[in-house]
Amino acid sequence: MELIDGLVRSCPGSGPRPAGVGDAVDGVAPEVVVSPRSNEEVASVMTLAARRHCTVVARGAGTKLEWGAPPSSAQVVVDLSAMSTVLEHARGDLVARVQAGAALAALNRQLAGGGQWLPVDEVVPGSTIGGVIATGICGPARYFYGAVRDLLIGVTVVRADGAIVRSGSRVVKNVAGYDLAKLFTGSYGTLGIVTEAIFRLRPLPPHRLYITAVYADEAALKPVLARVLGSQMAPTAIELERARPDGSIELSVLVEGGAGAVDERAGAVAQVLGGADASDRPPATWGSLPGPVTFKVTTELSRATGLLGLVRRLAVAYGLAPVLRGSAGAGVFFIGLGEDGAPAAVAGLLGELRDGCGRLGGNAVVVRAPATTKAALDVWGPVPGLDLMRRVKGEFDPDRRLAPGRFVGGI
Amino acid sequence: MTAPVRAAATAPVAAPGAVARLTERLASLVGADKLITDPVELATYECDGLMQYRVVPALAVAVRTADDVRTVVRECAAAHVPFVARGAGTGLSGGAVPQAAGVLVVLAKMRQLIELDVPNQRAVLEPGVANLDITRAAAGHGHYYAPDPSSQQVCSIGGNVAENSGGAHCLKYGFTTNHVTGLDLVTPQGELVELGGKAADPPGYDLIGALVGSEGTLGIVTRVTVRLLRAPEAVQTVLAAFDGTAGAGAAVSSIIAAGLVPAALEIMDALAIAAAEATVKCDYPPGAGAVLIVELDGPAVDVAAGLEEVERHCTDAGAFEIRRAADAVERARIWVGRKSAFAAVGRISPDYIVQDGVVPRTALEEVLSEIGALSAAAGVRVANVFHAGDGNLHPLVLFDARVDGELARAEEVSGRILDLCLAHGGSITGEHGVGLDKLKAMPKMFGPDDLATMMLLKRAFDPQGLCNPGKVVPMPRLCGEPAGHHSGAHPLVESGLAELF
Repeated sequence: MELIDGLVRSCPGSGPRPAGVGDAVDGVAPEVVVSPRSNEEVASVMTLAARRHCTVVARGAGTKLEWGAPPSSAQVVVDLSAMSTVLEHARGDLVARVQAGAALAALNRQLAGGGQWLPVDEVVPGSTIGGVIATGICGPARYFYGAVRDLLIGVTVVRADGAIVRSGSRVVKNVAGYDLAKLFTGSYGTLGIVTEAIFRLRPLPPHRLYITAVYADEAALKPVLARVLGSQMAPTAIELERARPDGSIELSVLVEGGAGAVDERAGAVAQVLGGADASDRPPATWGSLPGPVTFKVTTELSRATGLLGLVRRLAVAYGLAPVLRGSAGAGVFFIGLGEDGAPAAVAGLLGELRDGCGRLGGNAVVVRAPATTKAALDVWGPVPGLDLMRRVKGEFDPDRRLAPGRFVGGI
Repeated sequence: MTAPVRAAATAPVAAPGAVARLTERLASLVGADKLITDPVELATYECDGLMQYRVVPALAVAVRTADDVRTVVRECAAAHVPFVARGAGTGLSGGAVPQAAGVLVVLAKMRQLIELDVPNQRAVLEPGVANLDITRAAAGHGHYYAPDPSSQQVCSIGGNVAENSGGAHCLKYGFTTNHVTGLDLVTPQGELVELGGKAADPPGYDLIGALVGSEGTLGIVTRVTVRLLRAPEAVQTVLAAFDGTAGAGAAVSSIIAAGLVPAALEIMDALAIAAAEATVKCDYPPGAGAVLIVELDGPAVDVAAGLEEVERHCTDAGAFEIRRAADAVERARIWVGRKSAFAAVGRISPDYIVQDGVVPRTALEEVLSEIGALSAAAGVRVANVFHAGDGNLHPLVLFDARVDGELARAEEVSGRILDLCLAHGGSITGEHGVGLDKLKAMPKMFGPDDLATMMLLKRAFDPQGLCNPGKVVPMPRLCGEPAGHHSGAHPLVESGLAELF
């Protein structure tokens, strides 16, 4: 029996349909797309897929399907966009429970009605909660509020074999059992399909001020950056942007809080920055990804200026024009390149960037790139602990049916 | 003392004589001076901070280096002998209880603060470093380590990693898991793996996230890298006295509803206050049926504004006295009653059970009244101390073990309190861990498939099942352990080194 017929028979509610051109997963064509409406429907799809030995890729809004390495196969796409309900906003508990297909922006619009938010920036417009968890992508606010993994306190997951399982709970403080929610965060859909998530929330700040200053080069920035990191003004975000590899560097600090207090703190930050402008609107590129070729790089906190210097030198060596943007507070940056760079040059730059980031205490991975460029790149690079990761994958998805090949080391 | 746990029911069984042969090999490989074989000395390792689970290990090794740990674990794996890691032994769930036919890996002597890296806001530590020593080292540089379990003077960072320790200030700053960026792990096969480091987001699965809070069942951590935070510009502490816990709870609700995020929100009820007064003479307002402690920290201007709001919410909720700590000395005076509450209960009751459960914060008042009803119906006194901001309850169930039937009644009440937590959608443990003590409660919180999924992680790390076996996730055959209780204070508490939270 055809796969689609089997799905129609065993899981009609998920509306199986033949995959179209627009359903490709990073260039890999699926056979069927299903749109389940409940955990049980996801489970029945997974059960059938397991019986048929089919590969499966989960999809939310499809905004990050070309992230990571392309899967070696993606026969069934599980589209979670029909599971987009905010199940619970427990305002007094500062907790929300939400289905994975809900858009992050929609969730935050709803939470705002209760004066709260999930403090994760919408880095990629349209992202769903499931996509944010699968990739772990978050923006400037991570400096103060933590990354996705720090805010996620519970998950419901459908395993590769169709079992519906939970980890964590809807209370913020909980150490009962292993914290599997962290394992699923950033796992690129290779361990199971996250269908529901429980997050801790924060009160929406009444006021936000962005303080921005521009520095001619790394040397001018370095002492300022150290002083900002050592500031007691509790900024929410500390962001860097260098649009041209040898150009000036913009440093923007976000301060949040009550009306009078935020002005006073912003003033103190402006003094540290020297000759800074304050605005209640974010800089134009705030919390967005440079690209279309995008690398994510990390360094130790005090080494951001080392990274700026490294990128400047590599730009000259490879004749490319990388844009650098990211959180100096967290030591997590994104480097963007145009589509026109020769794949060999991009690969050369990535290799040296990876070595250089290693010397700065961090690493470099490819977030996304057009297919021709990506084909020339080692997307994930060397990963310490890979053997343990393979064993984890082997237990959760022994037949390698969940997004095979998309993650580190070909997982 | 209750009977030892039948650890052998779940432990892999080594061949007869395996430990004796292993002891000989380890003597030559790591040095006989690091081996503890004397039965009297071994008996000092028979339990952790929860004293009714006692098992004397066959061998203990006081390791000095990661290489020692690797060697011990590798040899254990080869000989199929189970092993358990132990830090300061302050855990409250029996997580470090040894295996009778196994090896105890004692990490207390690996207590070097390897690196204090202030520019990168990190500290690199051996697992035996005491929690408070990190802040002591960083304080001179204007930094601190945020998680502050009450045993922080003695509990080790390795134990904090195992238990995902919290503390009074985790409402705002989170738990150990939010502050660890790197771990060196000796896997249950004896391989050393470096995970993460000083930078964020190492690529691949978040194994650090899986390891923190895994209670030593996935390997032995030999090095920890933690975040250091910049010390806040201002700290303010307020104590508000109420007629009863309902008023204190209402104040907490309105503080949260107003969008404030204090660093700490702590409540003690009348019985807990009485115990603290009897012990440390904390001099809380006379006649208080409950006290609420609120601590705010951050930029001075924010703290000042928040403080006024907090005091207004307390007054509106019926506080009859509000004290503001003028300085660090007065702040310490406010905290001393709270921090000594557990040990203090020993003054008003010969024996007590420390419970650790969590409810959604908004269910606090209802659960407290249900606990009151439970206590009245059973004729068992319960003192309540809790982290009100995150719904983490620490009911202290009082009894006298010399009186027939009191222990059983206290255990019944303690267990029913956890049932209440679960009925309100909470958790069986907020910070003390599952260990041995709460294994039997795990199936009440998680379904069979949830538990089986946890075992997938365990198998990935420890396919032989030798690493701290029989903890965290219940095995089908393990059931019916006695519930926990304290007889007198833990030696560390008695000596003033630790305070139970």
